[in-house]
Amino acid sequence: MTALRRMASTPWIWSFVGALLIWLATVAFTGGYGGGGMITAALSLAVFMVIVGTGQMFVITLGPGNVDLSLPANIGLASAVAMTVMNGQDSRIALGLLAALACGAAVGVANYLLIWALRIPPIIATLSASFIIHSIDIAYGRGLQIKPPPGFAAFTNIQILGIPLLALLTILFTVLAALALNRMIYGRSVLAIGQNIRAAWLAGINVGWTRFATYTLCGTLGGLDGALLAGYFRGANIDIGNEYLLSSIAVVVIGGTSVAGGKANVPGIWGASLFLVLLLTMLNTFGVSAGVRLLLTGLIIVGVIAAAGGEETR
Amino acid sequence: MAEAPEAVVNLVGVEKHFGAVRALAGVDFAIGKGECIGLVGHNGAGKSTLMHILAGTLQPTAGRIVIGGRQEEAYSVARAKMLGVRCVFQELSLCPNLNVAENTRVNHQSLRGIGWRKRAAALIGAKLDEIFPDHGIDADDIVSDLSLGKRQMVEVARAFTVTDEPLEVVILDEPTSSLDAETAGQLLAFVRRFVESGGSVILISHLLGEILDNADRIVVMRDGKVAAGNAASAFDRTKLVAAMGGAETHHKAQHRDSEARKEGPVRVRARPRQQTDGTELVAHEGQVIGLAGLAGHGQTDLLLSVFGAAGSRGKQGVEVNGPIALVAGDRQTDGIFQQWSISLNIGIRSLKRLRQGVLISSRREAELAEEWRKRIGIRTPDMNNNILSLSGGNQQKALFARALGSDAEIILMDDPMRGVDIGTKLEVYDLIRQEAAAGRTFLWYTTETDELDHCDRVYVFRGGRIVAKLNRGELTEEKVIHSSFSETAQ
Repeated sequence: MTALRRMASTPWIWSFVGALLIWLATVAFTGGYGGGGMITAALSLAVFMVIVGTGQMFVITLGPGNVDLSLPANIGLASAVAMTVMNGQDSRIALGLLAALACGAAVGVANYLLIWALRIPPIIATLSASFIIHSIDIAYGRGLQIKPPPGFAAFTNIQILGIPLLALLTILFTVLAALALNRMIYGRSVLAIGQNIRAAWLAGINVGWTRFATYTLCGTLGGLDGALLAGYFRGANIDIGNEYLLSSIAVVVIGGTSVAGGKANVPGIWGASLFLVLLLTMLNTFGVSAGVRLLLTGLIIVGVIAAAGGEETR
Repeated sequence: MAEAPEAVVNLVGVEKHFGAVRALAGVDFAIGKGECIGLVGHNGAGKSTLMHILAGTLQPTAGRIVIGGRQEEAYSVARAKMLGVRCVFQELSLCPNLNVAENTRVNHQSLRGIGWRKRAAALIGAKLDEIFPDHGIDADDIVSDLSLGKRQMVEVARAFTVTDEPLEVVILDEPTSSLDAETAGQLLAFVRRFVESGGSVILISHLLGEILDNADRIVVMRDGKVAAGNAASAFDRTKLVAAMGGAETHHKAQHRDSEARKEGPVRVRARPRQQTDGTELVAHEGQVIGLAGLAGHGQTDLLLSVFGAAGSRGKQGVEVNGPIALVAGDRQTDGIFQQWSISLNIGIRSLKRLRQGVLISSRREAELAEEWRKRIGIRTPDMNNNILSLSGGNQQKALFARALGSDAEIILMDDPMRGVDIGTKLEVYDLIRQEAAAGRTFLWYTTETDELDHCDRVYVFRGGRIVAKLNRGELTEEKVIHSSFSETAQ
């Protein structure tokens, strides 16, 4: 039975295989130099993709048309809010984190309100929300102190035996997310809604609440990501979340979650995030120019999604 | 038949099977030139299937289609159009985002080149004027802005417009269902004029008066066969109802003696939205309540309003006491979750009970599935197999298991036996009886009159309203049919 379940959810294996192959190729290119450091760096950066990717996964699993495009703006605003509230003092770290979470949650709630009250398709709602958030960030972030407290910056860089502490905590978080997805009423509701929203309603599922919770969760995770990114990169920045627009969706899909909804996969997000981060590292190592690097990244993502999507329909 | 030599359309020995279900069991059907045929029959008698075959949308399993004296080999929608067979089906087929003239163009390839819009507008405008004087419809009106009745008028008028293709036979399936009495009269008068000028019409209606007054000949279908066919003058209302299946002596299911059940507390009290008088549906604890009438006359709407009212208290006209579950009839759109196993599909309604702490217990979930596999007899080697690995009947059993395995006290059933084999049906009937005896309340919408025998009380629906309430003792198929088909437009 478990063997069958595993068979059914194999697509995520490939993202890990891909990540491994890229790592081997890079290590072969450098003649075995820097392999360990590369993994440490990849884990550090993958964490940020995994966190928002998990939120995005729950949203996408709600079914066709559901996606949160406001993540980059959300991350940017939350990073500024977190750094402002922390105000460079170690004693205010917890307060700043809470503020970032609350800011992200508020964005999520606003997204759902647009979708629910105005009946706007989620793509449009979250995209327009993202412009509003972005404007707020410009008005709010101007001329403010945005450096993290030293304690917070250090915390985001702690390593245990070469493994970043953040990565360990994120692994724990994804285990909980996987449990929530497969073994809790919330996750089952998300999966059911994604397969057939009408059937889910008729089966007694609280559709409205589940969708609300999902957009709020995704927003909250965006807020958390903003705070952590500001700590890791030593400062908040309005553009700090920009790359997470494409990558949060890419890691979900490459990781074996169905774009059509109703079928999700948490481990695959890790594999796909490592794959994307290592891919960038590899292209850097090869000394490819920035333009070619972007081009190749785009092509590879499209290729992988096309291949993964093909398997899914079987 | 007598008209055979000059028949425009002649269907000979037509059969249609959907899997094991035989929708048409060898039907002979002929339409003469200048004839209006009234086609009647109860739900599932095969009227629609027969008309779909004539329209070319369904291919017959066996039999011949002869049109204009020529046997058709590769009959299709396009071929039907070329030969002058037009149809107006109940589900309106206008494109809501286009205007009236543009919708007319959809059916007329020849309206092309500069000024086609104007010509289309003139064509449909003239026909509307002819059939429905003072119709108040402009050719520029977007269809979605029109009322249902006006849409039906456009639909009908469009079917009678002529450009380069002939117009021989028009199938009108419930053409007056959304029209008021006056426009309905205009349409029927036009049908008579059309027929007198040599056209042919097949008229399907649940208003027996309409059929009796306007048809030259009436064909009664029943169980996929032609049960009677004769000049309209040979029929009256009673004879029609009898031919549709009402007069047959009825053997009541013997189980459940007619012992007067003592009435428990009220579980559901509901009034259809269109109900104008004070009639309401009342269901007590342990009762099986039937919702009867022709398909699509408000039964499903009532079930959904009861279901929707369960969560939020005090919705208008609906009172629900107790947890509720629904067994969908349309499995694919309303019921199953295709990516899930059978046991996940059964457990979804009972997640709260399956928890241990905050997590859903896999063991309890498997136990629930196994219990119902035994009780309801789902035929599968492993309940962890995908739900789609089951046959339709077994998928339906899984949906019953979902509802009956839950904590629901009230079970709504939305014509759940559609396309289910007889073996499954008998098993489920037993189960419903047991569960009702144990105190559960069932609201059962069914299009199969036989199933009403299992009900304590039956409400017959017509046009979104309850038109009759029949207690167990007074229930006969004839009464149900009688109430389902009214004499004239309301």
